[in-house]
Amino acid sequence: MANAQLKERQETAAPAIELVGISKAFGPVQANKDITLSVARGSIHGIVGENGAGKSTLMSILYGFYKADAGEIYIGGKKTPIPDSSAAIAAGIGMVHQHFKLVENFTVLENVILGMEDGPMLRPSLAKARKLLQQLSDEYELSVDPDALVENLSVGHQQRVEILKALYRKADILILDEPTGVLTPAEADHVFRILQGLKEQGKTIILITHKLREIMEITDTVSVMRRGEMTATVKTAETSPEQLAELMVGRKVLLQIDKKPATPGADILEVKNLEVTDDKGVKRLKGISLEVRAGEILGIAGVSGNGQTELLEVLGGYMPASGTILINGTEIDLTGKHSDGQSRRKRGIAHVPEDRQAEGLIMDFAAWENMIFGYQNDPAYNKNALMMDNAAIRKETAAKMERFDVRPPIPALQAKNFSGGNQQKIVLAREIERNPDLLLVGQPTRGVDIGAIEFIHQRIVELRDEGKAILLVSVELEEILSLSDRILVMFDGHIMGERDPAKTDEKELGMLMAGMETNGGAN
Amino acid sequence: MDTANFFLQALLTADMTIRVSVVLIFACLAGLFSERAGIFDIGLEGKMLISAFFTAAVSYQTGYIWYGVAAGIAASLVFALIHGVASITFRGNQLISGVAINFLASGLTVVIGHAWFKKGGLTPPLSDAERFHEITLPFADTLRDVPILGPIYADVISGHKLLVYVAMLIVPLTWWLLYRTRFGLRLRAVGENPASVDTAGVSVVRYRYAAVLIAGVLCGLGGAYLSTSQGAAFGKEMTAGRGFIALAALIFAKWRPWYALMACLLFGFLEAISNLFPNINVFGLFEIPVQFTQALPYILTVVILAGFVGKAIPPRAGGEPYVKER
Repeated sequence: MANAQLKERQETAAPAIELVGISKAFGPVQANKDITLSVARGSIHGIVGENGAGKSTLMSILYGFYKADAGEIYIGGKKTPIPDSSAAIAAGIGMVHQHFKLVENFTVLENVILGMEDGPMLRPSLAKARKLLQQLSDEYELSVDPDALVENLSVGHQQRVEILKALYRKADILILDEPTGVLTPAEADHVFRILQGLKEQGKTIILITHKLREIMEITDTVSVMRRGEMTATVKTAETSPEQLAELMVGRKVLLQIDKKPATPGADILEVKNLEVTDDKGVKRLKGISLEVRAGEILGIAGVSGNGQTELLEVLGGYMPASGTILINGTEIDLTGKHSDGQSRRKRGIAHVPEDRQAEGLIMDFAAWENMIFGYQNDPAYNKNALMMDNAAIRKETAAKMERFDVRPPIPALQAKNFSGGNQQKIVLAREIERNPDLLLVGQPTRGVDIGAIEFIHQRIVELRDEGKAILLVSVELEEILSLSDRILVMFDGHIMGERDPAKTDEKELGMLMAGMETNGGAN
Repeated sequence: MDTANFFLQALLTADMTIRVSVVLIFACLAGLFSERAGIFDIGLEGKMLISAFFTAAVSYQTGYIWYGVAAGIAASLVFALIHGVASITFRGNQLISGVAINFLASGLTVVIGHAWFKKGGLTPPLSDAERFHEITLPFADTLRDVPILGPIYADVISGHKLLVYVAMLIVPLTWWLLYRTRFGLRLRAVGENPASVDTAGVSVVRYRYAAVLIAGVLCGLGGAYLSTSQGAAFGKEMTAGRGFIALAALIFAKWRPWYALMACLLFGFLEAISNLFPNINVFGLFEIPVQFTQALPYILTVVILAGFVGKAIPPRAGGEPYVKER
């Protein structure tokens, strides 16, 4: 009966949010073009689109971060101009940003009341917030220690603080920008339960994500954005991931990679008992042993920060470690005194680092300059001891850009002017085209558009089929499951176990990633 | 050295320590407000210098100390505003803006002073009416005869000039403001993560300006103390690096008010030692030269800035202009 009432209210009431003709340009770039959107009260509305499609801009306009060039905003049927964030808060809009807006060395309570204090003194506000937080955490599954410092909380708990912040501000409409990007599957499920609970209380939720699975799982309606325009709004029950992907990219996209079973050969990489202690004296790797064979992709799953980064950096040659690493049967130096990224590349190890903007590229350098890093001493690039052969490098870069479909294919363009996916293609082109024996690849599709993901995945599988060994580190379980021939799960610096991608699922991997043993380790 | 004499010397040192610490305390708290809000301020030195000059000059010209203090604070505020406009509104480099302020003050005080008083950049010596007076706290003379505590009260705690007591009161006031009020919460948040304040619908710019202007007032008081309480005239470069020593004390104190007081007293103590006992005789074996004792505060500064006192984490958004992200 309650449901019937709710339904009636939804149908009769004005939409929670109505955007009419919103446009916004940044210089020559039209980020939002004449956007019209209507979100029903008490629903979960998904917004999907590639990077740069204008989702974040649109939400920033709704939250008062930017002012639209044209268009109108109606909240609950009433025209509501939103010149700044305080106007958005007053209109009952709360936002959980992708990168949390929390003060790390404040307590949870201090973060919650910041900007919403009741008077010039803190004490009464803190007491009031403490009571309200208790209520909220009982009502929804939102328990957090109110006196904990935010920097000591896990990412999942920090996100709860963000949601509590919005609820403390009496938000009726909650916008979440990529809420699950940094969460474990279990934490993500938890957030979805919270959102479901909020929806049942009549709150309206806008969910921005690029994960189509989440859209299908939790939303009622979904809008697709492409190149600044709202291309479609459909009922989630009446669509499919394939259709959404096509609407996002503008062409058919393969969501599942077609790959033949692997035909692994000899061990290319052997790692025995690898240990790393960081400069704070904390052990980051605790006796890692693994091997990667020719012609297979070994996927390493795990929540970021459990040693995967260190593993890649040790293999890539820029972090000292203890233990043994054999490449094609010969041992390599781990002290860091006789090795670096360049000497590793000479041994046939190519490395696509996790953070392409910090480690893979120099953002202010042109594409052709970026194309030779790690290989700059190659005679092909040098005329003599002093002069580099820039013309040859440019020519080769142009050819590689062509083969890797880098857009725009301009070697002289600075790395920072390419989109995330095209930056990643530049790094991949540099590493793969050198024909390495072993490819280390970290987070190959982080922040990369769905169309480019397809391309990058195909290239990695092609390299495998050429008989190369590939070590893939990714926090995206879908990616691990669809690419890997074997999966290792890392937790707290050690390997929790090996799984066969055909015989496991996200749930089991998720438990391993959280450090819980499962009994499927027999395979 | 007998006990009575030692006690007397200790009292003298404590009294001197307080006297010379006051400038540091004002400057250090000024830096604390500014840096807690995310604006690095190496222009403390320049702001104190310009205030010291205008306090002495206007006080001399008008014959009223309070006119002088008002002029000193106003001058320091103008410089603070320049720093604010450069680093908050125009998002310039805060270090460069601070350096510019120091140069500007160093040059302007001499040029204006020379044109005004024709004394090579100095101001004429101030008469009693143009300076602060020593304040004798109640019962100081009656209590002097109480053993030990009496002399401490009468000679160390009582008998300072007004600004000394002001500085001592500003320390707890700063603590209270930072940790117990809405203003303080937002100010600290602005220095740690301005985006959190912005998304909460509060103006980052307003709080940063407030912090910079408070720093201006405090530097103004520090400069005024220097030329009208500790000294009796303005002298060229009379701040002598105290603005930088205050910054070192701020780092030493890890940006916390009570610790800032302690750090400033430590530096003051070293300065007092070098004033009172220029030549320390070590067991009759050799004499520590005066140059060394005078250099002590500066040596400690270098040691602290080189990070020998443990890890000091500055406010996380310090030095970065706030730009809304896309």
